[in-house]
Amino acid sequence: MTAAAIDTEREPEDIERTSYLRAGYSLRSWLLTTDHKRIAILYLISITFFFAIAAVAAALIRLELVTPEGDLLSHEGYNRAFSIHGIMMVWFFLIPSIPNTIGNFMIPLMIGARDLAFPRLNLLSWYIFMVAGLFALFVVLAGGVDTGWTFYTPLTTMYANGAVVATVLAVFISGFSTILTGLNFIVTIHKLRAPGMTWSRLPLFIWSHYAVSIIFVLATPVLAITLLLLAAERIFGIGVFDPSLGGDPLLFQHLFWFYSHPAVYIMVLPAMGVVSELVTSGAHKKIFGYWFVAYASIAIAVIAFLVWGHHMFVAGQSVLASTVFSFLSIAVAVPSAIKVYNWTATLYKGDIALDAPLLYAMGFIGLFVVGGLTGLMLAMLAIDVHVHDTYFVVAHFHYIMVGGSVAAFFGALHYWWPKMTGRLYNEVLGRIAALLMIIGFNLTFFPQFLLGYEGMPRRYHVYPPEFQVLHIFSTAGAGMLGVAYLMPMFYLLWSLRFGKRAPANPWGATGLEWTTSSPPPKHNFTEQPVVIREPYDYHLAHPRSRENG
Amino acid sequence: MSAGVKRLLVVGLGLQVLLAATVAASFLPLGPFKPWVGYGIAVAKAVLVLWFFMEMRKEGGLVRLATVAAFAWLAIMFALTASDYLSRSWIAAYADV
Amino acid sequence: MAEQSRAEIQFHNIDRQREADRLGMLVFLASEIMLFGGVFLAAFSLRMLSPDEYVSASSHMKLWHGTANTAILLASSMLAALAVEMASSSNPKWAGRCLWSAVGLGIVFLGVKAHEYYLDYLDGKLPGAANAHFSSEFEQLFSNFYFTATGLHALHVTGGLALLSTAALRRSARHDCHAILIGNAALYWHLVDIVWIFLYPTIYLAGASA
Repeated sequence: MTAAAIDTEREPEDIERTSYLRAGYSLRSWLLTTDHKRIAILYLISITFFFAIAAVAAALIRLELVTPEGDLLSHEGYNRAFSIHGIMMVWFFLIPSIPNTIGNFMIPLMIGARDLAFPRLNLLSWYIFMVAGLFALFVVLAGGVDTGWTFYTPLTTMYANGAVVATVLAVFISGFSTILTGLNFIVTIHKLRAPGMTWSRLPLFIWSHYAVSIIFVLATPVLAITLLLLAAERIFGIGVFDPSLGGDPLLFQHLFWFYSHPAVYIMVLPAMGVVSELVTSGAHKKIFGYWFVAYASIAIAVIAFLVWGHHMFVAGQSVLASTVFSFLSIAVAVPSAIKVYNWTATLYKGDIALDAPLLYAMGFIGLFVVGGLTGLMLAMLAIDVHVHDTYFVVAHFHYIMVGGSVAAFFGALHYWWPKMTGRLYNEVLGRIAALLMIIGFNLTFFPQFLLGYEGMPRRYHVYPPEFQVLHIFSTAGAGMLGVAYLMPMFYLLWSLRFGKRAPANPWGATGLEWTTSSPPPKHNFTEQPVVIREPYDYHLAHPRSRENG
Repeated sequence: MSAGVKRLLVVGLGLQVLLAATVAASFLPLGPFKPWVGYGIAVAKAVLVLWFFMEMRKEGGLVRLATVAAFAWLAIMFALTASDYLSRSWIAAYADV
Repeated sequence: MAEQSRAEIQFHNIDRQREADRLGMLVFLASEIMLFGGVFLAAFSLRMLSPDEYVSASSHMKLWHGTANTAILLASSMLAALAVEMASSSNPKWAGRCLWSAVGLGIVFLGVKAHEYYLDYLDGKLPGAANAHFSSEFEQLFSNFYFTATGLHALHVTGGLALLSTAALRRSARHDCHAILIGNAALYWHLVDIVWIFLYPTIYLAGASA
């Protein structure tokens, strides 16, 4: 809200061109900003912090699992470790990661707008997120909960003796941040597009974020009511989940998974949007099948809501319902598969530059295919009965969420780093980190498919000794993965001070965000953009390669 | 009194009439149709509120679609959950859940 | 027709901003519908599992309190809609009067609710109270559900009243012939009404005929 500069000696155009990073240096100008770009940076710092906490929990888990005995942590301690790992990663890292950092920053730029529709609401979203995070931090310090991130009743309502209510409150509050973000994105995409930016010219990143915003708005409130009922049950014993009063523990699971299954699509849809951008840019080629990819995003958002019962195949759900959910869960794979075909076809005969972002994107595609195929396996009722609650499931969702979404997040961070910071990072280090991540990831999680299929249960830290070798491979991989995640922290931060200054369009990419300076001025564009070109209209004859040091 | 005001007053009266109808219906021996009648009248009331009070009649297709979508999502939640509860007794193993 | 005529910087013109404000509120209402959807799903599950006990428990509810409250809220909703109509036809004085009447009826709603809760307490139906006694476990569960559902609704009623009052107090809102603030406050209020329209048969009308 403050003026870009109080400097009356400079020309207005010059003031307008001032980078958003220079429009005020005070803490106040950051903490009271309504600039979507600054809010994106605030989110980036916050989620990195929560990621670190969740990663420490993961390290504890992997260290514990090196030996078959429970020698590092007690039973309760181990339960609390995987619980806080899941809770922090899902709600305080993955869900906000791409939408609230890259989405917040890029959506207005990509559609040619000067900000989101409701800038103050955007700032409020961040503050709500921080309040929730503070509660979560308190939970960590208070020892956490042992319930798993899934909070199943009656453990949570009757028997668990951790900080259940505080945890549930933290997640409840974070949900409002999400809902408001989704609201903001939907209205922005409908009402703030630049002249000429028709729906058919929107970057696929926007389509993905529109789809994810639908899920934000319609699924998250169900989480809110679920947690509210959970807290009421725990504190007041209202009994909706208690069979002795006539309630049903499975009601909790229906309510919980009605949100939490769409939630996993919250975590993957933005990543898919990123991949569409990285693949077209890295191959300097138009996307293959624009409308297929665009509509697939919407289809994923819709079908996501129809499959939640596949988490409850062995919970006591009726066989008929399970069969219906099984069939629908197979259907949900179709739009995702369509996207994979289209990305691959885009790469085919493209002018490919193997820079870090594209490496991350290609990692995403490969790892997502493995995760997706094993997801199909899990969708089959009979197979799931065998591998439910084993490491097979753990491996499946980590392939999607870590091999997929986290890889895409890192790819996005690298790709748009020059735009966000005005600096170029060291490309050699970038490529090394990407490859290390892909290798480390597979080493960590592929053994877990084998473990699960052979019967290693999830959430156990004591296991038969014949599983130890695979666990050791997995932990070694986790170490590698840790290095792969730490490397970018160092060279990206280093580039802030010492990196070469970035031009407006270092990648030679299409898209409105590349038409403005790196970093952008406070109000994004010095003149109102008017869109006349189709999206991704690359000319293969004259690709402009990235200017690099 | 303008046409707009008149319209709103008529709708308001209609809502009260529907309320009276639903109360009366609750005293009738309708058997298994009772909830259908009760919720059916509730839907009618909601449609009136949406169409006239919330001005859905003036809105374009996109807004109407968004409104329908919200209720459609509710319907999804109920339909698929119902598929569980209604069929639990079909297979003996789950009959006493 | 005094109103804010300069759009905020991110909007192309003031019309877009108005459309965005209204669309934003509607999207928010969609999220509220899903929130209460979970409450109704719980009721649905209870009814599926114990249909006869559900009917019996519902017949012990205070039908006339519930019915009166429904009538009150429907009337209040009508007044909020009238307020929008008044503001749109440049009648700020009546817009204000309609708004305050809607608020007044909303307060009456809460009063009736409070009275109902009080009577429930006297009947020994307040869970956790010293004198609580229920004829069955399910009665207790239904009572808990009733307090949770209507309590959550009452919270939203309070929020809606705050919104309506804010709109009523602001001179610029009453004089805005596009009725943006009044319109959005009214939209929220209508949602609160719609939730109650469905809560009413869920809680009060499932019972067997008197």
